Amino acid sequence: MSNKNSHLSNYFHRNGRALGSIGYFILLMVIFFIGAPEAWIRPNLHQSVFVMMPTLIFLTIPLVFLVASGEIDLSFASTYAVAAYVFALLVKNGVDPGICFVLGILTGAAIGALVGTLIVVFRLSSLVASLGMLFLLRGVILLLTNSRSITIMEVENHWIYPLLVGNFYGFPMQIFWAALFVIFCYYFFNKHVFGIHIQHVGDNTVSAEQMGINVNAVKIKAFMFVGVGAAIGGIFTTMITYTFFPTQGFGYLLLALAAVFVGGTPYWGGLGTIIGAVFGVGIIAYMEIGIIAIGWSGEWRQFFNGLIILLALLGHRLHGERVR
Amino acid sequence: MENIIELNKVTKRFGGITALNKASLKVTRGEVVGLIGDNGAGKSTLIKTLVGVYSPDEGEILIRGNKITNWNALKARESGIETVFQDRALTPQQSIVKNIFMGKELRYPFGFIKEKEQIYEANRLIREIGFTSKLINAESPVGNLSGGERQGVAIARAIYNNAELIVLDEPTNNLSLNETQKVFDFVLNVKKSNRSVLFIGHNIYHVYDISDRFVVLDRGEVVHQLNKNDVSTPEELMKIMRETIKIH
Repeated sequence: MSNKNSHLSNYFHRNGRALGSIGYFILLMVIFFIGAPEAWIRPNLHQSVFVMMPTLIFLTIPLVFLVASGEIDLSFASTYAVAAYVFALLVKNGVDPGICFVLGILTGAAIGALVGTLIVVFRLSSLVASLGMLFLLRGVILLLTNSRSITIMEVENHWIYPLLVGNFYGFPMQIFWAALFVIFCYYFFNKHVFGIHIQHVGDNTVSAEQMGINVNAVKIKAFMFVGVGAAIGGIFTTMITYTFFPTQGFGYLLLALAAVFVGGTPYWGGLGTIIGAVFGVGIIAYMEIGIIAIGWSGEWRQFFNGLIILLALLGHRLHGERVR
Repeated sequence: MENIIELNKVTKRFGGITALNKASLKVTRGEVVGLIGDNGAGKSTLIKTLVGVYSPDEGEILIRGNKITNWNALKARESGIETVFQDRALTPQQSIVKNIFMGKELRYPFGFIKEKEQIYEANRLIREIGFTSKLINAESPVGNLSGGERQGVAIARAIYNNAELIVLDEPTNNLSLNETQKVFDFVLNVKKSNRSVLFIGHNIYHVYDISDRFVVLDRGEVVHQLNKNDVSTPEELMKIMRETIKIH
């Protein structure tokens, strides 16, 4: 009996936060369904959510890694645009879109490495330093583009378009890529040395260092991963709309951060949940679209976004405070 | 009995201060040596020299009878000397198994972790050193453990790292009686497995209870090496300590 108890308690220690956010998601669905059953059974509402979710997933999941390592990054919302800009500019100049895609991702990784190195080497506050980077990078984009967008219709005729963002039996391809990304990240976070070291570093930096983990390298890699995620999100969105906007990505800044915490990853480091974050993304995406779909005015959206974040945080308190 | 490590007239100076003065100490296989001394007696310098953080200015270090030159932390670990420092270097929100394998995970190619093997090995290790509660297994979070049990996780990790000599730096500090007893049980199990322990503490009663031999340090010198048979009570040990320190 006691053995069963210990397994059960270990199970909840590992999965309680993910289960919590699944619970909130279901609750939200039920509320929406009761509130507006007609809107709810219309497939186009769910389709719009499915269009929004992949981008948010590419942004949110890598943030779980970074927050679990004890850091935070705001600059990803601008990295998103820089990587998309590199992609769009190169495509416009006749470079093969496949190569542009790879170069865009590398741009994201490089920016992540730069932000991470700045923060880790100079021991800056990641919140403030990445806020600075957020503005700086956005400024660079606006200056380089003169605030003008770039249209890349030519990408549609390249094999990369149907592969990445095409249509597969009525479903947008990016859903499958996002799903693959989630599965990969789940194993990367829970079963791979990288994820495990991130959790040790975020939990107790000194202990991790004493046991031979290269703390700085782990953190910089986590920043790079956030950069890569942002780049994927930015490039996908640019391809879907055939257009690069100099302001793109800004709207995702707070939504992606909210999804991390609503998803059950605590702010203090050492813990994180990929599955929870997916449902966090689901909650945020349905809030964004659902409010309008059930016929309420857009003014309510921010209000409910705020409410759900606070309620989710209060709910996740049930999993206890930080153990030291 | 084989000497795991032998420090022979080791001197360590910092600037003009002699922190260790011709200190000699040996630890043989399967024994628990208690290192005692007042604050500033040189315990910390002696431990750090032993585990290779400091290399001695004079004197020699022998591992299983062989003289080792250019002594450093890596050589100490390769020689099977593991230290459990006071803060135990644990990550409390992670499981016991993750803590035991921290930084030395068993890996498949591409860095994926052999989770099942790790859990099996961690369960074996914690049972070996004396975890008996059925409520605790390899996947329990370290944060749910008591202070003594956390010490046990750190000791289990040292054993996993092939330690032959485990240096415990004040392992019973801030622990209740009950918890102290747990740490003693862990230490006795380490001894039973034919490994050695160097037990550092300033609670003479704790050191007396658990050690086979005592090394008394004062102002950087080893002033006494006593066997358990030489002293019949902790009070007697304390008296000897006080007197030598006074004369010295």
